[in-house]
Amino acid sequence: MSDTTFISIRGVTKDFGVVRAVDDVSLDVQRGEFFALLGPSGCGKTTLLRMLAGFEAPTKGEIFIDGQPMSAMPPHQRPVNMVFQNYAIFPHLDVRGNIAFGMRKSGLSKTELNAKVEETLEMIKLPGYAKRGANELSGGQRQRVALARALIKRPKVLLLDEPLGALDKKLREEMQLELRALQKSVGITFVFVTHDQEEALTMSDRIAVMSKGEVLQVEAPMRLYERPSSPFVADFIGTMNFFDGSVRALADGCATVDTGPLGEVRAQAEGEAPGVGERVVVAIRPEKMKLNFKAQGESVNSVQGRMGPAAYLGERSHFYVHLDGHDRPVAVAMQNMERPDVWAGQSDQPVWLSWSQDAVVLLRPE
Amino acid sequence: MSAAKTDRNRLGRLDSFAVYAVAYLVFLYLPVLFLPLFSFNESIYIAFPLKGFTFEWYEAMVSNAGLIAALTNSVKVGAVVAVLSTLFGTLAAKAVTRYRMPGRGLTVGFIMIPLVIPEIILGIALLVLANMGGIPLTLFTIGFAHMLLCVPFSMLVMISRLEGFDKSLEEAALDLGENAWWTFWRVTFPLAIPGIVASLLLTFTISFDEFILAFFLAGTDTTLPLFIWSQLRFPPRLPMVLALGATILIISFFLVAFAEWLRRRGVQAEKTSGV
Repeated sequence: MSDTTFISIRGVTKDFGVVRAVDDVSLDVQRGEFFALLGPSGCGKTTLLRMLAGFEAPTKGEIFIDGQPMSAMPPHQRPVNMVFQNYAIFPHLDVRGNIAFGMRKSGLSKTELNAKVEETLEMIKLPGYAKRGANELSGGQRQRVALARALIKRPKVLLLDEPLGALDKKLREEMQLELRALQKSVGITFVFVTHDQEEALTMSDRIAVMSKGEVLQVEAPMRLYERPSSPFVADFIGTMNFFDGSVRALADGCATVDTGPLGEVRAQAEGEAPGVGERVVVAIRPEKMKLNFKAQGESVNSVQGRMGPAAYLGERSHFYVHLDGHDRPVAVAMQNMERPDVWAGQSDQPVWLSWSQDAVVLLRPE
Repeated sequence: MSAAKTDRNRLGRLDSFAVYAVAYLVFLYLPVLFLPLFSFNESIYIAFPLKGFTFEWYEAMVSNAGLIAALTNSVKVGAVVAVLSTLFGTLAAKAVTRYRMPGRGLTVGFIMIPLVIPEIILGIALLVLANMGGIPLTLFTIGFAHMLLCVPFSMLVMISRLEGFDKSLEEAALDLGENAWWTFWRVTFPLAIPGIVASLLLTFTISFDEFILAFFLAGTDTTLPLFIWSQLRFPPRLPMVLALGATILIISFFLVAFAEWLRRRGVQAEKTSGV
C-alpha cells in the first residue's frame, strides 16, 4: 500500500448462497485515478462495485476508502456516490429535484441550493434544464443528470456501473471523452464497471480485468493491450491470434519457440521468462501481422498461407489466412488506407505473413 | 381466391365476436340498470309497465334513520379497514419484494390463505373464537374479520406495484445519503401512491359490501348489507332499497373511473421514463 492508495480492497470474497461471485480480490486504486473494472458479464465486477457502495457486504475481507474500513458503514454514510446502470432517475421529481435530492442535510438555503444546482447543470452542459420533468429527458440527458446528482455531493469516490451501456454508439464515444475530461476537472477518483474493452481502454488510467470472480491483471491500457499476462486477458482485450509451442532456446532476452503451423518464432523474453522446453502460447495481434504477396526471404517470424475470407470494417479490413496444420484462420488487420485492393477477395491465393520479434507475446497456457 | 376467403372468414369471426361481446355486456349490465330505472317508478311493485316518475323513494331513503345509521357504520368500518389493511399490505409487500428473509414463501402463503377459505367457514370460526374469548360482538369484530380478508388483497396490489418500479431507485436514495426511513418517504411512498389508492378503493369496497362475515359477527350495530337484507322482508321497502342501490352504483362508477384515471397516469409516467 503506497501513500497515494485511496481505495484498498483486501482479500474480499462474496458468496451468494453456493455461488462465489467475487473470489479473494485484492487491489488498490490511487487517489484521483480513473479506474476500470473490466470483464464479461457474471465475472463479479458489478458485485465488487456494489460492495464499494455498501449495497452488498463482503463475505470475507475488508474494503478501505481513504484509510477507513467500510464494512460497518451503511451506504448512506459512505463517502461514495454511484451512477446506476439505468441511471435510476427519480421519475416523480424534476431535474432540480433529482440533482438536489442528496442535499437535504447540506444546510444550504433554497437560493444557495438553486444556485448550486444551476452551477452543476452548467458543468454537465444542461443549463436551464432544472424544471424539466424526469420523463422529458433523453438517454444521454438522463445519464448527465445521474452524474450531476452524484457529483453535487462531492464524493471522495464516484462509482459508475456500465455508465454508457444504455447509449447509442455515437453518443457513447462522445460521452467517453466528456466523462474523462470531467473526471480530470473535478479530480474525484472514479471507479467504473464495463464489459466494453474499447471503452475501458479509451477512458481509464488503469484497468483491472476480471473473470469468474478473480482479478487476472491490473495494468494501464497500453501495457494491458501490448503485454497481456494470460491468454484470457489477451483474448478479451481486442483480437489475438494464438499458437501453441514450446521454448527451444533462450539467449540474450530472446526466446526461440517451436510452433507447428508458424514454424520457428523468435520472441522477446522479458520478466518471468519461461524456461527451455516449457510449453507456451505464442500470441500475435492481427495488426502486427504483415500480409505479403511475395515470398519472404526469412524463414524465422514468417510463414506461408492461403488467403481466406476478408471482412470490410470501414476504416480497416480483417483478412483471414489459412495455415496448414492450424484449424483457426489467422486474423490480419490492415488500415484501408494501405489496403491492396487488387488482391482483396481472391480466395486461396498464396500469401506470406511476417511479423517483428517484439510483436510476439509469450504466455503461459491456461 | 384463398385470400378473399380468409378475409371473409376473418370478417365472419369478427362479427361473431362482436355479437358475443354485446350479448355479454347486456347480460352483465341490464339487470343492474333495472335498479335506477325502478327506483324512479311510482309503484311499489317491481314490474312493467312503469307508472309515474317520482323521487319518493330517494326521500324515504335519506329520511330513514336505520338506513343512515347502517350506512354510517359501513363507511366507518370500511374506511378504517381500508386504511389499516393498506398500511399492513404495503409493509408486508415491501418486506416480500425488498428483503431476503427466511420463510418468505410460507409467510406469504399464510397471509394469502383467507382468500381461499370460504367466508362462511371463516365467519363461523371467528364467531366461535369471539364466544370463547368472551369478546362482545361489535363493529370492531366485523372490522377485524374484514381486515383478515382485505390485507391479502392489499398485499397483492402492493406487491405488483412495488415490483413495477426499479429497485435501484431506492438504492439511489440510500446512496445519496438518506437512511431507510427517509428513502421510504422520499422515494418508495410517492412511487407507490397509485398502488396505495387502488388498494384503498379495493379494500374499502370489499369491506363495504361484505355480508357473510358481518352477518356472523355483528352485534346490535348493523352494516349496510345487513340492513338491506333485513329490509327485503318488507315488500313496500323494496323501492327504497333500489334507490339506495342506484345511488351506490353511481358513486362506485365515479370512484372506479377516478382510480382507473390515477392508475393510467402512473403507467404512463413509467412508460415515458423507461422504468
